Amino acid sequence: MSAAPLAHSGLLVRRSILRVARQPANIAFAFAFPLLLLAVNAGGLDAATALPGFPSGSYLTFALAVPFIQGGLFAALTSGQGLGQDIESGFLKRLALTPLTRSSLLAGQLAGSLALGTFQAAVFLAVGLSASAGFAAGIAGVPVLLALSIVITLGFSSVGALVALRTGSGEAVQGMFPLFFVFLFLSSMAMPRDLIQHDWFRTIATYNPVSYLLEAIRSLLISGWDAEALALGFGCAAGIAVLGVTGAALSLRTRMVRT
Amino acid sequence: MSARSRSVALAVAWRGVRLTFTTPALILPMLTFPLFFLAAFAGGISGIERAPGFDFASGYTAFVFVFVLLQSAAFGGVFTGFGIARDFESGFARRLMLAAPRRAAILAGYALSGLARAAATMAVATAAALVGGMQVGGGGVDLFGMYALAFLVNVAATLWAAGVAMRLRTLQAGPLMQVPVFLVLLLAPVYVPLDLLAGWVHALAQVNPMTVLLKAGRGLISGAPADVALAFAIAAALIAAFAAWARGGLRSAEASGA
Amino acid sequence: MSGDSHGTTGGGIEAERLVRVFSGGLRAVDGIDLAVAPGEIYGFLGPNGAGKSTTVLMLTTLLPPTAGSARVGGFDIAREGPKVREVIGAALQEAALDPLLSGRDHMRLQGGLHGLGRRERERRGDELLARVGLAEAADRKVGAYSGGMKRRLDLALALVHRPRILFLDEPTTGLDIQSRTALWEEVVRLAREDGVTVFLTTQYLEEADQLADRLGIIDHGRMVAEGTPAELKAEIGRSAIEAVPAHPSDLPRLAAVLERFGEPTAASPKGAAVRFGDGDDLAAVVRALDAEGIRVATLTVHEPTLDDVFLAKTGRKLEGAGDEPAAEPSAEAPAAELAVEGAGGRR
Repeated sequence: MSAAPLAHSGLLVRRSILRVARQPANIAFAFAFPLLLLAVNAGGLDAATALPGFPSGSYLTFALAVPFIQGGLFAALTSGQGLGQDIESGFLKRLALTPLTRSSLLAGQLAGSLALGTFQAAVFLAVGLSASAGFAAGIAGVPVLLALSIVITLGFSSVGALVALRTGSGEAVQGMFPLFFVFLFLSSMAMPRDLIQHDWFRTIATYNPVSYLLEAIRSLLISGWDAEALALGFGCAAGIAVLGVTGAALSLRTRMVRT
Repeated sequence: MSARSRSVALAVAWRGVRLTFTTPALILPMLTFPLFFLAAFAGGISGIERAPGFDFASGYTAFVFVFVLLQSAAFGGVFTGFGIARDFESGFARRLMLAAPRRAAILAGYALSGLARAAATMAVATAAALVGGMQVGGGGVDLFGMYALAFLVNVAATLWAAGVAMRLRTLQAGPLMQVPVFLVLLLAPVYVPLDLLAGWVHALAQVNPMTVLLKAGRGLISGAPADVALAFAIAAALIAAFAAWARGGLRSAEASGA
Repeated sequence: MSGDSHGTTGGGIEAERLVRVFSGGLRAVDGIDLAVAPGEIYGFLGPNGAGKSTTVLMLTTLLPPTAGSARVGGFDIAREGPKVREVIGAALQEAALDPLLSGRDHMRLQGGLHGLGRRERERRGDELLARVGLAEAADRKVGAYSGGMKRRLDLALALVHRPRILFLDEPTTGLDIQSRTALWEEVVRLAREDGVTVFLTTQYLEEADQLADRLGIIDHGRMVAEGTPAELKAEIGRSAIEAVPAHPSDLPRLAAVLERFGEPTAASPKGAAVRFGDGDDLAAVVRALDAEGIRVATLTVHEPTLDDVFLAKTGRKLEGAGDEPAAEPSAEAPAAELAVEGAGGRR
């Protein structure tokens, strides 16, 4: 009996991954856009490295953390839109008529975006390193970086799934996308928090969990092993993931009512 | 333009304006995105004005305001293109094509509604920047020139997007309208002056017409006009080129029965 | 084609060898000749994909013809497009409405597009909205309108500038019976009272039969028949009569009696049917059956339909005929089969 949920999950995981893989335009955009922005900002904001107190001599190394977050946001969009489409088309109702458990369904839905997010993280790291970005944590830092990236992706994907399950619409998830970007911009994305001139912006960035995600990744790239930054980053990512997964699971219970 | 064509242009423009200003889902993003970018850049990146070699008299808010102004003008044009694509995809464009004796008037109408939307966006962005403490060194004529430049960018972007929209006649053409405009905006002195850009971005920005437009706009707002004539010439050339592009799109739409 | 009495004046339509070829070589319209007199309601009938809408798009200057020519309202469609558009109105297959604008907004827009002054726009808009029964819904967004309301608004918009010629491309597809009837009444009123020439495409036989003064039937891009509904039906066949005996055992005798009056034709399993010969009438049939002492349970007279016309000309039934409420359902299928034989025999 316990093998069934695993088997169900496996089927949906496969479907979820195939679904992502069969949208090459979306995949290309998920890689190209963050890398393009990285390249442009590395050239456009390089002058910032001359500021007293700037933590790195290379803006590329500083900014390399951003694509990992953007990758998570695209993963949120992918999982949310896919689930929204399943609800709109009635596919979720079809699944509800099978012995499929809700946990299997959620796991399966998130799997595709997790796969994409993980692959993205590996690619961003490889591209960054090949462009001479620093990686102070060394080889041991790679699995830590990937693990952090996976937790971030899980968190954002589950938020995307939550929105889809609450609204029943893929379009509503798309409409949330700008909001995700607001969180990214109002953080320490472009400047270290202590070099942000305006108090109000610094305050927002301090309360914004995305800042800690960025700073955790950055710590592996720039300073090596910063326990506090890593703890805060993993903590925020895990917090988002727990909230997201719990919310999505509860919403799924409402959405997929069965007697 | 004949009186009849004027009627068509005004009717199309009226509809576009009415739709935008009575539909929250359309007007809110239009007004809030520029504010957001202004806040993010002026608020979050302003520390860079202390970098060696950064020398701009009117402060960082005014520096990025010019970029936000031109960016919102350009994206406003792309947004107009989305509307044109939607009209063709839904069949509504047929109504316009059927009623207009001279169909170029339809294009003019779309451009007019784009200008009206751009004016609203610019007004809101200006007010927000002033509230945020933006310093303005330029006089009335300088500022007029800066806004005129922005309007010309809006028209050029509208014509570019219209040409794409009328050729492809589907909303799926959206990225094709948007990505080139995005790249042109991005590969320019967005955050810092041209001299402080590094690497290939610097090289590309040197040949990017947007660089000249930004330089002229920033000169005008700070009261130290530079390359203004060149900027207007570039804007005029872009409009001429994209007008021909848009006319070709219109002919393509006519030939296909859209 | 009989173009003599249907020559184009200010409000007519004339097409000569009109052709439209799409990329890939598809000949959607393959040499259409037609002529519509001013003030006439011309029905353009054909199945899905026959080329009706493509023809309309060309005549309304929305699609350039590949070959051939046409004049609408006295103006050449290829060379005088702007002048054509001044004199025509069109309600095309898609209602082409903006869901975020109200009915009144649409009237204002259309009026503005046609150069009406602001006061005239308002007045004309109110008048037309009332005429099509949308006065109360005028300020609601069109996205909330039913299909029938959208069609009515579309018709009103087509009339804003008082066109001399009106193109209606399948105007009642998807409408309920009441909406359809209301639209028919308005079309007839436009033609009879306002003298508007109406070019109406439809796949509904009843609509063509009821409304059109003259019909053109198109199939695979070519005209296969043209004339008044009565002329076309008369070309094809005579009426058929089917009788079902009250006692099934009388069927052979009933069939024998009927055969004295015409050629046998297909009938329902319990009855017999013949095509009337010339000069025969129903009363004679009844008297003959009575004289033989045959009691009849049902006696049905079936007139040829436009579907029979189409079948005779093309060898196929017209699509959409199944959507129509059949006048004599038991006779329709056999009569249609006979129409082929009858037409073949006569010709």
